[in-house]
Amino acid sequence: MSDIPNSGFPTSAKCVVIGAGIVGNCVVGHLARLGWKDLVLLDKGPLPNPGGSTGHASNFIFPVDHNKEMALLGEQSANQYRDMDLSVDSGGIEVARTQERMVELQRRMTSAKAWGIEAHLLTPAEVKEHVPFINGEVILGGFYCPTVSVVDSLETGTTMRKEAIDKAGLQVFANTEVLDVITDDTPRPNGRRKVTAVETDKGTIEAEYVVIACGVWSNRIAYMADTYIPLVPAVHQMADVGPMDILAETNNEIGYPIVRDMDTFCYERQSAGSMEVGSYAHRPILHHPDEIPSNAEAALSPTEFPFTPDDFDQQMEEAIELMDMLGDAEIKYAINGLLSLTPDGMPCLGEMPDVENLWSAAAVWVKEGPGMGQVVAEWMHYGYPRVIDSHGADVARFYDEEKSDEHIWARAEESFNKTYGIVHPAEQWADRRMLVDSPYRSRQEALGAEFFQARVWERPQWYTSNADLVERYGLEERKVEWDNRWWSPITVAEHLNLRENCGLIDLSAFQIYELEGSGAVEFADYLAVNKIDVPVGRSVYTPWLNADGGFHSDLTMMRMAEDRVRIVTGVFDGGRDDFWVRKHMPNDGSVTFTNLSKEISTLGLWGPNAPAVLGQLTDQDLSQDGSPYGSYLPVTIAGVECHLFRISYVGDTGWEIYVPWDQAPSVFDAIMKAGEDHGLRVTGGGVYSLSGRIEKGYRLMGAELESEYNPVEAGLARPKVKAADFIGKEAYLAAREAGSEVQCVTLIVDDNVDSQGRQRFMQGGNEPILDLDGNRIVDSHGRASRVTTAGYAPSLGKNLLMGYLPNELAEPGTKLQSMYMNELYPCTVVGPGSAFDPDDTRLKS
Amino acid sequence: MKILCCVKRVPAPGAKINVTADGMDVDAAHLGFTTSPHEECGVEGAIQLKEEHGGEVTVLTLGPGDAEEQLRYAASVGADHGVLIATDGTAYDPQRTAAAIVEAVEELESAEGGDGTEDGEFDLILFGNESADAGGFQVGIRVAHALGRPIVQGIKGIEVGDESITARREIDGGFEVYELPRPAVLGVKEGLNLPRYPTMKGRLASKKIEIQSMEVDADEGGQSRVRLHRPEEQISETVILGEGPEAAAAVVDVLEELGVL
Repeated sequence: MSDIPNSGFPTSAKCVVIGAGIVGNCVVGHLARLGWKDLVLLDKGPLPNPGGSTGHASNFIFPVDHNKEMALLGEQSANQYRDMDLSVDSGGIEVARTQERMVELQRRMTSAKAWGIEAHLLTPAEVKEHVPFINGEVILGGFYCPTVSVVDSLETGTTMRKEAIDKAGLQVFANTEVLDVITDDTPRPNGRRKVTAVETDKGTIEAEYVVIACGVWSNRIAYMADTYIPLVPAVHQMADVGPMDILAETNNEIGYPIVRDMDTFCYERQSAGSMEVGSYAHRPILHHPDEIPSNAEAALSPTEFPFTPDDFDQQMEEAIELMDMLGDAEIKYAINGLLSLTPDGMPCLGEMPDVENLWSAAAVWVKEGPGMGQVVAEWMHYGYPRVIDSHGADVARFYDEEKSDEHIWARAEESFNKTYGIVHPAEQWADRRMLVDSPYRSRQEALGAEFFQARVWERPQWYTSNADLVERYGLEERKVEWDNRWWSPITVAEHLNLRENCGLIDLSAFQIYELEGSGAVEFADYLAVNKIDVPVGRSVYTPWLNADGGFHSDLTMMRMAEDRVRIVTGVFDGGRDDFWVRKHMPNDGSVTFTNLSKEISTLGLWGPNAPAVLGQLTDQDLSQDGSPYGSYLPVTIAGVECHLFRISYVGDTGWEIYVPWDQAPSVFDAIMKAGEDHGLRVTGGGVYSLSGRIEKGYRLMGAELESEYNPVEAGLARPKVKAADFIGKEAYLAAREAGSEVQCVTLIVDDNVDSQGRQRFMQGGNEPILDLDGNRIVDSHGRASRVTTAGYAPSLGKNLLMGYLPNELAEPGTKLQSMYMNELYPCTVVGPGSAFDPDDTRLKS
Repeated sequence: MKILCCVKRVPAPGAKINVTADGMDVDAAHLGFTTSPHEECGVEGAIQLKEEHGGEVTVLTLGPGDAEEQLRYAASVGADHGVLIATDGTAYDPQRTAAAIVEAVEELESAEGGDGTEDGEFDLILFGNESADAGGFQVGIRVAHALGRPIVQGIKGIEVGDESITARREIDGGFEVYELPRPAVLGVKEGLNLPRYPTMKGRLASKKIEIQSMEVDADEGGQSRVRLHRPEEQISETVILGEGPEAAAAVVDVLEELGVL
């Protein structure tokens, strides 16, 4: 039955959602729940299965993921499917064929504990009890999760759509092809255009909001609005084999747990009397959206491409090895099914940075569809998603260098076989490196820099030229390969040298913007919690909040002149912050926005000898009086006009030096020369972003700071609140009034020796912090205490952890436990302050 | 018994078939390829006869190198040998195709087997009634004629006796039954049987079968392709009469209009 009302085609709507797969249907359903009316849903295919990826999905949800957003939205989605009674808990087992995978399953157990998901490690015999037809000889064990579920995504879409029809009078038009997405291109100071209408083969609909929920076609629709959603359609091969009596006898769509054969990158999922064998092991097979046929042209559906059996043969052999009965089962149906891949494996959600009111709800799989539909609907309604912090999925996160087919294809090719892979938290990409040039690149390469990539920017993590320091400080490699991977004792050596002498750190990946004009300071104050209307030459560290009072960002703003404010933010948040400014800035000409990130380079010079080094290069009074903490002063260094910013993110005295990009190399050389007799060494990002930071307990956006927490909880609220209005002020005042039930604290790991007698070095984050009975700690908002940052503190010789704890457990000296690789380690709360130099004496020297 | 089954690699289209810009071919950009459905039944029929009577099944195709995929598919459901008569990728007319197949058959039938004796002739050669793409209805008949063997088209039932082959085809209101002396040729139709799917083990085994590649050519025949034409789509209109019991009256009206009631 069609649910198309017998009305004519609309000429206007508040919101047009393009795409009636699981995502588009959930977006309209959640918008309707939020009270939105005047909604239109379009799809070029028929209903209820318009032919996108939803129609051929395997429809199962494994709720454990190391990534917080994916885990919590997966769980949220699973619960929404359950609430609609369109889900069954089949259970699922990830089996290991290798010892390395067995270790990874311990890591899975840790993540399961963090998210409160029931999970068990099984012996091969126990796996066989659940799945009697598995070959116990080829596996070493399994990770069993009873709440793995199988869902009916098509029926869920129909249910959500009907809810929107009932609640909001949603109009639905199937078999309706979008021909163009029209924007108002009148130039505006914020550089953004505005979506105005959707042109279809049935007519044009003027729309205030347009949502692209078109799965693998999303970028084709984005192109129509002259914008870009970085995703590529990629093949996931799947074969349905059967029938098999043992499956048919269950008289059920699914009677046995789903098996993920993790080391062969395959899964076996019962579908009534048959087994679906799916693979992420074959060569990456990518397609351009324009290669996808129409519904009429497709032999099956448009996203079910002809099966290429040569790519699947090895997986068949391995599947038969795991389940011998599969060998004699007939291959009834096999496809090269399309799904969406992005450059970083995360979805593309949120408003398009360059087109106002054009929203992306793309690169979302069935397993997180309802949750992400809710995210997008809430984001449109409240200005920010309430259900979870979604910064990792924000479509504004991408830099221009990431918005090309070349980049997306290369990243998708590299990441596809990691779908079931064991991916280290610090794992670096092999391809598409050195995308943004650095003024110091040749010098850094000569010094043996080991580069880590931050989105598209490259930062030296450590320098092999400092290997001599390893011997000087008596350091060694870590014994456990996992802890040693993407790590070097040189980074500890550089840290200790900075504390003893000084270090020069390349911070050129900083994102630097300027606001200028008669309204610049007023607008800057509107963005920031703390007062920006300060004397020229002063800087302000400040949170930026969303309307709910949670963190959007934390950064530094400098009063450059009466009518000019500089903004300096971290590289991982550059895209989002650039967009946030342009989204909110007035378009009356009172403010201009400039991105100076590739015009100004930043160097960090810190350590007890930093003043002596810099003193040789400038006449500026570098004492605490002449260059006080937080001051931002124009100076001449080695003949180059720079700005000197007294600040520290590593806990030792020193400066960030802002240098014109093209003159930066000469300043770098002059500082290195001046530091020759002061123990100065080039120093990597491992010290800046981790070891130096964590010793001081400095918070990081995306780790400690997320939209789920506010400045009161993070310990970043100041004694007074400024008079001027700012985004999130009302919520912030309420949070101050209510007080905080949690605190952001540092913990020290008292003993890091594991059950095998090996020293472990925690890394990654998201591991659970537990009470002494091993219970999870959860606050009244449902937020679990977990490790937000983990790192080794060279100055203390201990591992430190950061995280949020309820007030009663946040008292210094409280004994707790943290989990790492499924083992418990005793730890002690340091408190909200620093574990190292808590009185900041080194900063004041 | 020895059975030869001739198959053709054809596009597996959706509802809409696109033609290339020069009008000379089906645009296969979005398409997978398959075996003509009649011939799938031929392969299944051959395998069933082998299972019943013993012997071996050889599958032959004439086409581009990619047509090996169809031979391996046949092997994955039970064929023993595959023979590929490679073309240069251009479409062969029926006369040329038939002539090439005749030459190949003669070569296969006179070849030495592993035991040093001649392999001998095929007891039965199966064709599809017509190909799914060109629909020429000619190749099987031309081959049978050239080999001097009897052929019946449109076959939906085969039984093998010691000296003869009994073949059955549908006609209005009943069947025609033919008895052919061995060796014989049949053009079979969909409905002959329900072809099996390959098993995973069958697929893997098919990878190991050696495909015999033959260099055979023949002169072009008298039929040439001028161009392909895609007829205008017939667009049917759907009218929703209503939902649930309320629609009953409207349904009655339509049925009366059609004269059904």
